[in-house]
Amino acid sequence: MMLARFLRKARALFVLYLGYMLEYRAEIYLWVLASVLPLILLGVWAHAAESGAYPLSRVEFIRYFIAVFVVRQFSFIWVIWEFEDLVVSGNLSQQLLQPIDPVWRFVASHITERVVRLPLVLAVVALCFGLYPDAFWLPTAADFATAFVLLVLAFATRFALQYMMSMLSFWSERAASIEELWFVIHLFLSGLIAPLDVYPEPVRRITELTPFPYLIYYPVNLLLGRGAPFGQAALVLGVWGGLGWLLQRILWRRGLRRYSAMGN
Amino acid sequence: MARYARVLWLFWKTSLASELEYRLNFLLAVLSSLGHLAGNLFGLSLFYTRGGSLGGWPFHQALLVMGLFTTLQGMNRVLLSPNLQRIVEHVRTGTLDFVLIKPIDTQFWLSTRRISPWGLPDVAFGLGMVLYAAAQLDLAPARLALAIGPFLLSVVIQYSLWFMLASISIWYVKVHNVTEVLNGLLAAGRYPIDALPAGAYRFIFTFIIPVALLTTVPASVALEREGQRLLLLSVPFALGAFTFSRAFWRHALRSYTSASS
Repeated sequence: MMLARFLRKARALFVLYLGYMLEYRAEIYLWVLASVLPLILLGVWAHAAESGAYPLSRVEFIRYFIAVFVVRQFSFIWVIWEFEDLVVSGNLSQQLLQPIDPVWRFVASHITERVVRLPLVLAVVALCFGLYPDAFWLPTAADFATAFVLLVLAFATRFALQYMMSMLSFWSERAASIEELWFVIHLFLSGLIAPLDVYPEPVRRITELTPFPYLIYYPVNLLLGRGAPFGQAALVLGVWGGLGWLLQRILWRRGLRRYSAMGN
Repeated sequence: MARYARVLWLFWKTSLASELEYRLNFLLAVLSSLGHLAGNLFGLSLFYTRGGSLGGWPFHQALLVMGLFTTLQGMNRVLLSPNLQRIVEHVRTGTLDFVLIKPIDTQFWLSTRRISPWGLPDVAFGLGMVLYAAAQLDLAPARLALAIGPFLLSVVIQYSLWFMLASISIWYVKVHNVTEVLNGLLAAGRYPIDALPAGAYRFIFTFIIPVALLTTVPASVALEREGQRLLLLSVPFALGAFTFSRAFWRHALRSYTSASS
């Protein structure tokens, strides 16, 4: 009974937001194109690797950044900007009247947005392989499956952590600046700008103590067939995501008490 | 002209006053700029750790390019993004009407109404990188000063491209983030253009999205590198893009039908 009701609600939300996201597909496609940083780095590293001075070969670099591009497309979270806007404009009030926690709307919109992204992401990947045919590869089914699980976990963890930070909107009008700070660390520690293999050993060891490589570097390595500590990664992501979700719930309750619905 | 200068002063004074309401933000902006600085330097050094290089550019020359890039990004955050990101809002809500009836050039109003101090740390760090790199390269101050002209052209080019893209929102409100695509592509400007593989990459980032003109050209002029020949392209590109951005805006306005309320 409970389950049937849950499934009905989930389905309704999913259909609703899929329609919504399809309506805004042009905007979503532009977001895909806006995150070409891995493809720029692909060119730069592929060119630099022709000298053979690095632990990865040219082809490995190319594959690495194509995989980074894909992984990033599916773990990109933007809830904080939306939530901040809802609180600052007072529009959150309308959602509070409905018998469903707003977080599920954001979950649904993030998941459906991935579905809409998919065709363009595949097109960009095809274009990269067209440009570098020698780098073409297909991950094995096992690698793909484990990478997919990590990717889902990375998505959930990033979402929980960013939603937790969104709760700061109740206390500050510019909560999104926290995310910008977080993103800087993410950018340089997750393996987004370069494979951790080219990091100096001490830096690499420090990086591996943070949750960031689990969001990009390890899923990417699985896709490349280079292997990664799957169990450890799943555990780390699970713990961080769980903590984020727990804190998010606490801050949500406290924040609501402070919420004054200004603007409307 | 004097009237525009006076108006500009008022614009900046008022918007600075309102931005300074969020003083904690300044701390966050400094922290974020520091993080970017450290990360970018680290990222750049990775290319050089094992005897490799970026397209044959020595480390400190590449650092000069990165310094110019950081400065340019900081200036964007101070001058461009607070204004150009709002154009779509004006179109969407119909408040562009109020701008149009003001006795002042509309493009001027839309491009200069606001200023945001949060990009200033980036400008400071960027200039610091440029000066440090120049000192390490024993670059004469007079030679470094030669880069100022081409760098101003970069500012004009970037403004014009950005404003043109923002004008598109008159027709398509939904693609308000088209300027983010430009931003994403311009990120390539942190490296010298020679760092990209010859062929498709270099062609795109020189002629289609003129990233090479933005940072590599000013740096090459100061360093007397081969790339300074491209300056011949910068001048017409800057003039052309600016003129075109004005014409394009006027053309776009003809399609403006006002919205809602």
